[in-house]
Amino acid sequence: MAEKIRVLLAKPGLDGHDRGVKVVAAALRDAGMEVIYTGLRQTPEQIVTAAIQEDVDVVGVSILSGAHMTLFPAIVDLLRQRGGGDKLIFGGGIIPDDDIAALEKAGVSKLFTPGASTVEIIDWVTRAVAAKKNDEKLL
Amino acid sequence: MFDKSFLEELRERRRQWDAEKDKFAQNARPRYMTVSGDDVDILYGPESVDQSGYLDKIGFPGQYPYTRGVHHSMYRGRMWTMRQFSGMGTARQTNERYHYLLKQGQTGLSVAFDLPTLMGYDSDHQRSMGEICKCGVAVDTLADMEIIFDGIDLSKISTSMTINAPASILLAMYVAVGEKQGIASHKLTGTLQNDILKEYIAQKEWVFPPEPSIRLITDLMDFCARHIPKWNTISISGYHIREAGATAAQELAFTLADGFQYVESAIAAGQDVDVFAPRLSFFFNAHQDFFEEIAKYRAARRIWARHMREKYGAKKEESWKLRFHTQTAGCSLTAQQPENNLMRTAYEALSGVLGGTQSLHTNSMDETLALPSDKAVLLALRTQQIIMHETGVANTIDPLAGSYYVEYLTDKLEAEAEAYFTEIERRGGVLKGIEEGFFQREIAKSAYRYQKEIEREERIIVGVNGYVMDEEITIPVLRIDETVARDQVASLQKIKQSRDNDKVKRTLEELAVCARGNGNTLQAILDCVRVYATEGEIVDTLRPIFGEYQEPPMF
Repeated sequence: MAEKIRVLLAKPGLDGHDRGVKVVAAALRDAGMEVIYTGLRQTPEQIVTAAIQEDVDVVGVSILSGAHMTLFPAIVDLLRQRGGGDKLIFGGGIIPDDDIAALEKAGVSKLFTPGASTVEIIDWVTRAVAAKKNDEKLL
Repeated sequence: MFDKSFLEELRERRRQWDAEKDKFAQNARPRYMTVSGDDVDILYGPESVDQSGYLDKIGFPGQYPYTRGVHHSMYRGRMWTMRQFSGMGTARQTNERYHYLLKQGQTGLSVAFDLPTLMGYDSDHQRSMGEICKCGVAVDTLADMEIIFDGIDLSKISTSMTINAPASILLAMYVAVGEKQGIASHKLTGTLQNDILKEYIAQKEWVFPPEPSIRLITDLMDFCARHIPKWNTISISGYHIREAGATAAQELAFTLADGFQYVESAIAAGQDVDVFAPRLSFFFNAHQDFFEEIAKYRAARRIWARHMREKYGAKKEESWKLRFHTQTAGCSLTAQQPENNLMRTAYEALSGVLGGTQSLHTNSMDETLALPSDKAVLLALRTQQIIMHETGVANTIDPLAGSYYVEYLTDKLEAEAEAYFTEIERRGGVLKGIEEGFFQREIAKSAYRYQKEIEREERIIVGVNGYVMDEEITIPVLRIDETVARDQVASLQKIKQSRDNDKVKRTLEELAVCARGNGNTLQAILDCVRVYATEGEIVDTLRPIFGEYQEPPMF
């Protein structure tokens, strides 16, 4: 049997809207993944530390407060500095299209916006992790 | 209302009718259910509703148990207040938006604060980075509040402030702005959300643990009874509970359970129920299920009246009346085909009005994308004005009373709420339920079920899983410039340099003494804000004394 995909889900900043992240957590768990949820109000530092300690494949970040242009890059940069640059980062929230383009350029692999289904998210995580593991094997 | 033999005959005829149904076409959908996921029968009639006790259960508007409305003449006596929640960027920008809304016919103000303000952090705090002025206006000191209400006569307008953990601080600032305008505190009218219990349950903007938070609230209730008698001290909120994924029954039950907890805490603090209860108000969601929502408001009034009179021994009619604000459901709006949100909001607003709301906020169509633009805000306000003046629904009181379906739903929701109250009590009360994550789990389960219903297409959301279009979103998106945050930090620093820092230090020390002892914390906070102590300084003074709340993560 294939190893379970390990996912860290995180809520950075001051935003307390956790309906979405909890739905995604339950859906990824029910899809057979190992899900670790940080809880609310985590600093980028705390999220990156958890991602490395838990040795996850993917980090999912939920931000609905408008602080995404500050918090996503902070997490991406810190993860790279700490040697976790191989981990995929995805996110969800109320994020305008222009910002999505800028964040994807900055190293966020995928952003989901309102209306995204958990099926799409499960599918993306499964494929992205498989592709990453395949690349690692080739190296 | 119907005699027994007639009801028996009716039940028999209904059985025959049900049997005949099979001759006709199959159901178009596999399941018929409310937004809350409950099955709905194909037809409701007199046989569906308990026909006993019309006067006890339904009665007249303005009379116990207020099922039909809290006021005798309802909208003929007084229209609902059109109260659009807003706040954006700096204090000056917010002030400009308020002048704009008042000019367009809005009749009350409602302040949205940014996340650092809601969480008790100043704009120059490390944790405020990226959040300043984003979801609302930033308030660090009294100086910001002076600008927000510049040119607005506080004796002529009622103001609602959506603030919870630091509610005492913002109310103190509002009182201080009044003092500067020469308005005595007993003339101020407005509402403070100040509902910390639903923060632990749903919205998650807390600072202190439950016990000291409840003390801040009971201190505030006591202060208001003496100095701001017209102020609504708590807006006990189901809105956020619903937005977090709760069903209508959960919204109703958890909100009223929170309300009962405040009543019990204030009674325990030695306050007279008939002094504070008339100043408690409620805040409900208006979701998409039209009839279920109307029934929810009717049930809420009946339950509150009964418990206040029978359980808590309130003697004044004003203590029995559940007055409420309604906001249309943000979570029902879609980012896809955003103009469709205009229609959603209109139907939701209509249910609030038919349910007898005292005030109403209609959401703007672009709120799933960003803060609303001026145009979108105006259309939202116009939606209310069209309901008010053109549809005729406000001409007569509670026009859906007597609808078999609506009365059935009203009874059903009441029974479901009562079952939850029993369950909460069995678990040791509201605070215990929060501590053990009972409410949080119930809500998360409902949210997940709802999402799965959409994904299985048992529920069609137009533009999301049905009638999908490729589209270019052309709605202009309002952005808050990063320079706004820098300006806010700069003006905060200027205040810190220009104020009398010795006085600030002294009042903060007095606050600490008060918090450790039994004094009224709001009185001490008022002294701090008058000398321009910052919100963050006040919270930092209280934090080591009260502690900080931590939620165990769960899903």
